[in-house]
Amino acid sequence: MKKTLLDHVLDWSGRIVLTAILGFVLLPFVVVAIASFNDGAILSFPPKAWSLRWYANIFEYRDFGEGLVNSLKVAGLGATIALIAGAGFAYVLDRYDFALKGVLNGVLMSPLIIPNFTIGLGLLILSAAAALPRSLWLVVTVHVIIVLPFVVRSVYVSLRNFERRYEQAAESLGGTPGHVLLTITLPLLLPGLVSGALFAAILSFNEFTASLFVVNQSTQTLPVAMYNYVREYADPTLAAVSVLYVLVVAGALLLVHKIFRLEKVLNVE
Amino acid sequence: MSKRPFLGWFASPSILIAVAIAASFLAIVQYSLRAYVPGSLDPGGYTLDNFTTLWKAVYGQAFLTTVLLCFWTALFTLLIGYPLAYAMVRAKSAALRSAILLISLTPLFLGEIVRTYSWMIVLGNRGFVNAVLMQLGLIDRPISFMFTMTGVVIALVHFTLPIVVVMVAAALSHIDRNLERAATSLGAGRIRNFLTVTLPLSIPGIVAATSTAFAWTFSAFATPQMIGGGKVQTISTLVYQVGFASFNFPLAASLSLVGLLFTIAVLTLFNTGIRRLEQIGAH
Repeated sequence: MKKTLLDHVLDWSGRIVLTAILGFVLLPFVVVAIASFNDGAILSFPPKAWSLRWYANIFEYRDFGEGLVNSLKVAGLGATIALIAGAGFAYVLDRYDFALKGVLNGVLMSPLIIPNFTIGLGLLILSAAAALPRSLWLVVTVHVIIVLPFVVRSVYVSLRNFERRYEQAAESLGGTPGHVLLTITLPLLLPGLVSGALFAAILSFNEFTASLFVVNQSTQTLPVAMYNYVREYADPTLAAVSVLYVLVVAGALLLVHKIFRLEKVLNVE
Repeated sequence: MSKRPFLGWFASPSILIAVAIAASFLAIVQYSLRAYVPGSLDPGGYTLDNFTTLWKAVYGQAFLTTVLLCFWTALFTLLIGYPLAYAMVRAKSAALRSAILLISLTPLFLGEIVRTYSWMIVLGNRGFVNAVLMQLGLIDRPISFMFTMTGVVIALVHFTLPIVVVMVAAALSHIDRNLERAATSLGAGRIRNFLTVTLPLSIPGIVAATSTAFAWTFSAFATPQMIGGGKVQTISTLVYQVGFASFNFPLAASLSLVGLLFTIAVLTLFNTGIRRLEQIGAH
């Protein structure tokens, strides 16, 4: 079909709008990268001299290292627990009916609409009332509650698109339920399980608001350590931390995309 | 053998977590009904004082600010998220589609702190935008974005954009393209095709995305706290301040509770709206 003048105008304005929006999304990360190499202790544009000293400063400030270790522990433990509980519940949700199933589902999904600060405050009050110390396990519990809905959803979607015939075939050949689960169901669910666990780990690694309510000096996560740094210092060290953060996360995202194709995971094909 | 193998094994961990969620919610409800004892972390007897305190102007103002932030953020996120989702779903090359998806998703995986801090450097008085505008000679003194609603909305739009793009793209990608082809063959131009076919069919996605953006903005804490700097006071920043500056946990609990009830009311309204729209669409 021949393009009219209007079609050309629409095509070009569409391209310009698209570029502008993508620029808006990327702008803060480009700016933070420029700022991280600024030699001055106060952020200003354009930088007058360049240096790597803020990158060196990351290692001077111990809270970042300790925060990173805490965040990795919390994300690892949280994602593992959320995967076990979430995959189990998704299976139950898909296969069984029992009294209070709807209630259980409602309670487990409620963190999607309960603001994170409310979840953090609730667990803080609860742990204080039960005289529990603010250990790393409290932080892990908060994170499990927040990421669980995402794991359940991801595994549930895989179960819905599942060929039940393979299980039926294995059963008719005499496989016990446990055998069928281990040799047929779990391997077929693997993509859903892995993507659910990865999403859980990334979300947990980034969680800030609820964590702020339940951490103390020794259990603070990396996002909390970063927040505390901005409140105390105005130098560009955090810009350097942000650049490393963006590089690692963007790398992980690209890797996940290469393996699973995000269009498929997010159902936007 | 039981007809429901694994039910107990698979349901138990999630039941434990559900109990923890329910218990912490009950803790909030219970604290909201207890008196604040200054200087003590333990609450006093039962009272309704916290809810009467919430009628004070400062809390009303924070509610109004939060609702306005949610409204503007949802509106602008939709205005720029829709074209992005549309371009992604309709992109002819797979590489372009992947690129749009990855770029629009990146902020989702960077957490609130990195994004908000980056926006502080972009929007600050000596930040990027002001420096560029001054170099170009367009302004003589910096425009204040920090500590203003405008600044907070810009950063919040960036924060909610990924989820809106994903939800609108999901709706757009499930529209039957034959409907558009039919409209084209009947002589509809591209604009008319979009306005009378594509846009109406994507309304459920728009409503779902807008309500999610609304809930996310309501829940956002770091962005209003860091960019608003105490000048843009929202429910979330107020809950933290009441809780950790004066250790008035009963008041913080009642503020959270009212906020939660408000979110549920708004989302219910959205859901009722979507059902009405679907009914209209069906006729």
